[in-house]
Amino acid sequence: MGDIWELLDSVMDPEIPVISLYELGVLQDIRRDGDAVKLVLTPTYIGCPALGIMEEDARAALTAGGYHQVIVETRLAPAWTTAWLTPEARRKMTAYGVASPQEGGIACPQCGSVNTEVISEFGSTACKSLFRCVACHEPFDVFKAI
Amino acid sequence: MKLHDPLTRYVVRLGDDALIMGHRLSEWMSRAPFLEEDIALSNVALDFVGRARLFYQYAADLMGGEVTENTFAYQRDVRDFTNLLLCELPRGDFAFTLCRQFLYDAYSLPFTQALCKSADSQLAAIAAKAEKESRYHLRRSRDWMLRLGDGTAESHERCQDALDQLWIYTDEMFECDALLDGLIAAGIAVNTEGLRSEWLDTVTETLHAATLVIPEAQGNVTGGREGIHTDDLGFLLAEMQFMQRAYPGLQW
Ligand SMILES: [Zn+2]
Repeated sequence: MGDIWELLDSVMDPEIPVISLYELGVLQDIRRDGDAVKLVLTPTYIGCPALGIMEEDARAALTAGGYHQVIVETRLAPAWTTAWLTPEARRKMTAYGVASPQEGGIACPQCGSVNTEVISEFGSTACKSLFRCVACHEPFDVFKAI
Repeated sequence: MKLHDPLTRYVVRLGDDALIMGHRLSEWMSRAPFLEEDIALSNVALDFVGRARLFYQYAADLMGGEVTENTFAYQRDVRDFTNLLLCELPRGDFAFTLCRQFLYDAYSLPFTQALCKSADSQLAAIAAKAEKESRYHLRRSRDWMLRLGDGTAESHERCQDALDQLWIYTDEMFECDALLDGLIAAGIAVNTEGLRSEWLDTVTETLHAATLVIPEAQGNVTGGREGIHTDDLGFLLAEMQFMQRAYPGLQW
């Protein structure tokens, strides 16, 4: 049987497949109860259809690692916030082309300019807004601050 | 489907508002004026449907047995739905949809903020998540009021027409009934009457900035909380529930 943390480190956010469920802050807790593994997940956005996929992917990774009894509990409180994203997760997101909100404005993931403007508050998924870089003209996704 | 427990009835009521609003918004998918707006409307629709799922799941937990979130969405008849009439009105033109959304968002934000303080911890947890989204919703629908109201002669006229039609349905948001009175006393439900002045301030400020006028009161239409609806809800349910009615228990 594999190490549970290592197995779950391979489970990525289906929308931003470079950060793991743990780095995203969705994987809140892991508990062993006899042969069973209990996962506590929290949704990012209420309407996020990816949570179901994340749950399935986590189950599949654990099953492949020899854990056949997986219980998933969804926890709502405390409510997920972008503040839980680790600096490492933010760096990976930027490299992937998704900017994250931070002090000093929103920097273009292509050229680094903070001379950027909003196109739409609602982007390709529930968690993203759509921005445009004034300096290099590239449109890009921004992880919404909530 | 008759519900008796007051808390369950309240939770289902909140789920009904969210589901019907979400469904009306989802009707815009692939029909919005331009791509970004199509995505935005679909995103807001998802937020509301997601909200409905959390309320219905909680109601199902409270009831126990065979009941699931789908039971509430797909297996109840029109008279069992207790959503606000405002939520069920047909989507109309783009101005109508955005005016409805603005009037509702201006209510939904203070509502979810107040529900965060509910003595019921699950309702408070759902509200804490919904409140963050409501901020985004209101900012967006307010922006649209300014663009449409203070836009072209045609967008202004359509916006004002929509407001004039919608106004008689807004009072229902603040109505209190016997169910609410009991749950307010228990610290569980939001005293909606108490949200009226904040709502009116937001609406007055925005409409003024958008060069629109507050419609004159011509009476109120209510009944949604008792299951007395417009004809339109029946058509909405006929479409939304068709697959589950034709093939009960169908799974994708
Ligand atoms: Zn750039």
